[in-house]
Amino acid sequence: MGCGVTKTSEFNRKFDKDGNVIPAAITMKAAVLIQRWYRQYAARMEVRRRYTWNIFQSMEYADLQDQIKLYNFLGYLMDNFTPPSSERNLISHIFRENEVCRDAEWERYFSYTNIDVPDIYSGPRLTFPLDMDQAADLVEAFKKKQQLHSRYVLQLLLETWKLLKVLPNINRVSTCHSKEITICGDLHGQLEDLLLIFYKNGMPSLEKPYVFNGDYVDRGKDSIEILLILFAFLLVFPGDVYLNRGNHEDHIINLRYGFTKEVLNKYKLHGKRILKLLQKIFSWLPLVTVIDQRVLIVHGGISDTTNLALIARVDRHRYVSALRPPKKKTPSRTNVYADSERYDEMIICKNRRGSLTFPKPFGARESFQRRSLQDFSRAVARTLEEEFEVRRRQGEFSLSSFSKSHRILSSAVSSDSEPESSEFTDTSNEEWKQILDLLWSDPMSHDGCIPNEVRGGGCYWGPDVTEGFLNRHNLQLIIRSHECKQDGYEFCHNRKVLTLFSASNYYEVGSNRGAFVRLGPDLVPYFVQYQATSMTRGLSFPQNVKRTEHTALKVLREQLFVHKSDLLSAFQEIDKENTGLICLNEWASAIERVLHLDLPWRVLHPQLVSSTTDGRLDYHGWFRDLALKKPSSEHIEQTMLETLYRHRSTLETIFRIVDTDNSGLITFEDFRQTLKLLSAYLKMEISDEVINKLVISTDTNNDGSIDIDEFMEAFRLVDKSRLERGKSLLKLMQDNQETESPQPVYSTAPQTSQCPASQPADPPASNTTDSACSQTANPPALQTADSPGSLAEDCPASQTEDLCHISVVVPPQ
Amino acid sequence: MADKFNAESIITETQKRISNAFDVFDHECNKTVDVREIGTIIRSLGCFPSEAELHDIIAELEDEEPTGFVRYEKFLPTMTKILLERKFRPITEDLLLQAFKVLDQQKNGHLEPEELTKYLTQEGESFTQEEIDEMLSAAVDPDKNAILYKDFVSMMTFDDTR
Repeated sequence: MGCGVTKTSEFNRKFDKDGNVIPAAITMKAAVLIQRWYRQYAARMEVRRRYTWNIFQSMEYADLQDQIKLYNFLGYLMDNFTPPSSERNLISHIFRENEVCRDAEWERYFSYTNIDVPDIYSGPRLTFPLDMDQAADLVEAFKKKQQLHSRYVLQLLLETWKLLKVLPNINRVSTCHSKEITICGDLHGQLEDLLLIFYKNGMPSLEKPYVFNGDYVDRGKDSIEILLILFAFLLVFPGDVYLNRGNHEDHIINLRYGFTKEVLNKYKLHGKRILKLLQKIFSWLPLVTVIDQRVLIVHGGISDTTNLALIARVDRHRYVSALRPPKKKTPSRTNVYADSERYDEMIICKNRRGSLTFPKPFGARESFQRRSLQDFSRAVARTLEEEFEVRRRQGEFSLSSFSKSHRILSSAVSSDSEPESSEFTDTSNEEWKQILDLLWSDPMSHDGCIPNEVRGGGCYWGPDVTEGFLNRHNLQLIIRSHECKQDGYEFCHNRKVLTLFSASNYYEVGSNRGAFVRLGPDLVPYFVQYQATSMTRGLSFPQNVKRTEHTALKVLREQLFVHKSDLLSAFQEIDKENTGLICLNEWASAIERVLHLDLPWRVLHPQLVSSTTDGRLDYHGWFRDLALKKPSSEHIEQTMLETLYRHRSTLETIFRIVDTDNSGLITFEDFRQTLKLLSAYLKMEISDEVINKLVISTDTNNDGSIDIDEFMEAFRLVDKSRLERGKSLLKLMQDNQETESPQPVYSTAPQTSQCPASQPADPPASNTTDSACSQTANPPALQTADSPGSLAEDCPASQTEDLCHISVVVPPQ
Repeated sequence: MADKFNAESIITETQKRISNAFDVFDHECNKTVDVREIGTIIRSLGCFPSEAELHDIIAELEDEEPTGFVRYEKFLPTMTKILLERKFRPITEDLLLQAFKVLDQQKNGHLEPEELTKYLTQEGESFTQEEIDEMLSAAVDPDKNAILYKDFVSMMTFDDTR
């Protein structure tokens, strides 16, 4: 429909329907009004986007803290229990040294030659040496959701291992043939993003060199596919594909963040072998890449002691995991990092916390008395809690508070142990720290270099450290990854440090863009941003913001719900007259005191609180509104349930550690011990009776072992959108019941949409009050359920996820 | 007595709101924000300043030697005053509709994307490309490829109340 408004020449003169001229002033006023209004709207959208981001980052921060606490606790147990202690033995294997085997023996163990590939297998059949076409076919196959047969996986991994072993610690790349080098950051198992990058930028080739900067696995669901693609291209173009190691290329980290689980689920027969081989491959990945001797590419970052000459010399493969200290030459002596400043502190601390950077001294263990887990737990859990309360994300690290808590700790333990005589200059510790710094550090805005308490390893380094480092090594730019950025990339330190993150929609669909960067001979970075938008295609920007916000808030409500008991006590402390009401300010500060998420609660309150009277909130009513359906829990009391739910990641991690052969199953006895470990860690009594009930209810196979995945299923809070999945699982359990297994206590989904009440005082939420809960068709990204069941080894796992299209959203550059 | 109490509590409430909004943008937790975010903060508190008005406010807020950052101590009093004096009042739905109608010369009840783009990027306090793209993504009815501004306005103002 043609419009009557003149387009070019007579721009200022406008006519209305009757041919009268409309004064230009009025149109201008109208335009200004619209602009003014729209900018206000956009600003409010921006704030919502911002705090949604803050929510996700806090959750991640809290989760990292969980992980650190857990490993510290386990490490502490390791060092403070005398054998035989069954709990200790459960976890000792992750702290044990690498088995020393000759390479030839390993090759036999990983042999694939007797693995047959059935005729019906329709995926790629690789022949070695690989060529470009096969690599491209592999990409196509994964795009079509096929799975590579374990025989070829093992073969590919073996070839990769052989290649990696001859690569140096520092990759050196040159743009001298006028080639532009493409650099990608974290991918975290998000195959869609890798495919998007290849689509936009082309696949790796002689003309198109790539550097991948670590964190290929965990969290996303296609980690193994990403690895296979990257390794395939590495084998085909060894001079043009460069892989750096990230902190997630670490088998202990993988236990918690999903990679181990993914491999075991996709490769039921050979998963364990694959994981073992990957363990070695990860340790052989190069540490850094340098372009034209001017640009450093490393996953985490640097510290004030980073020394590339030293890095070039280390035996990188000895450092299998960040959480296992390097092999000690004299195990009975202490191994502490040589640093004279800290010497005094160390003398004072008889027992050091097992942080990543400061390995625990192995003292005279024989002198410790046998103690029960509970005794230790009280000491450990309390002081760890205290410590982390003190820490803030980029706050001061004060050695004094650190050592103070250890005085408390050491007094809880027998005081027979002598003060450690510090054993200095163990090279492997120095090297270990160097590697840790490379893979785990984060930049900060203040000058200086302090230990990275948020992550438990590496450090926070400031602009002065960057300056010093670049000068010392004659470099001009550091490109690193490791941190999610809303726009996919971000400069800091005066544009001398670039953070690059390639996993879009990392927290949730719409949460952030991904980016990759191209560097030509001029070494000027050229960015491409993108967002895999299969689920948000067709959504406008405001709709996108709302959607992401929705998920973030849902996650937040869940957190509030599982902390109900603590929150209730906090509220009741304030509301001494028991009116049932508190004012918003008090509500906000109470929540912050309990949750420690450092979020703008007052800004968020309209989203979390549906109504107030006179600025005061009826908190009992609020909890009722908040309630999501709980798992069926007749025999388990409320706080215990909340606790188990809250710590389910920790619980799952412990399970996987205990599951030494990575089978996905643990025995009753181990299960029992695991719960005891957890109860010690949480400082909470879990009675034998409760444990027995849990054991019985979860062994649906009735074969004396418990499937970890199935058990974790029981901990999902069920809400409306989950009922479908729950129903099918229930059916599965019902089928099992026909073979006379006992009535399960936990059910993942109630048969009706009402849960039976666990206690009369706590009625379940009815369906209608779910206005605070979502109607979204998409479950939050934080939990995925893998369907158990006997799949043939090489059929693709039955994940019917939704992402099947890739759209490219490229903002104007 | 009641009045005084109310006035004080209103001020405290207001200042708490300001503080919270400020904190969302205080990335380094040092009570400063990037000056480029001031507009967003002010608007998030419910004000509708024009770009020119914003400019003036920022000039007032910046230090003698502009560092690119605005400190909370300076922001708080200025913003408190703005809120208490109810400056930069919201634009009502009616007024907004009128504005669209003015631009709709043909009285079609809708606007072409190109029309609106031209107005908003060339007149008044021009939109950037990014701003117009964002607005169009929400405003344009994909089937008709036109902006049904009456619906658009209702939808956007409905959002406000959520």
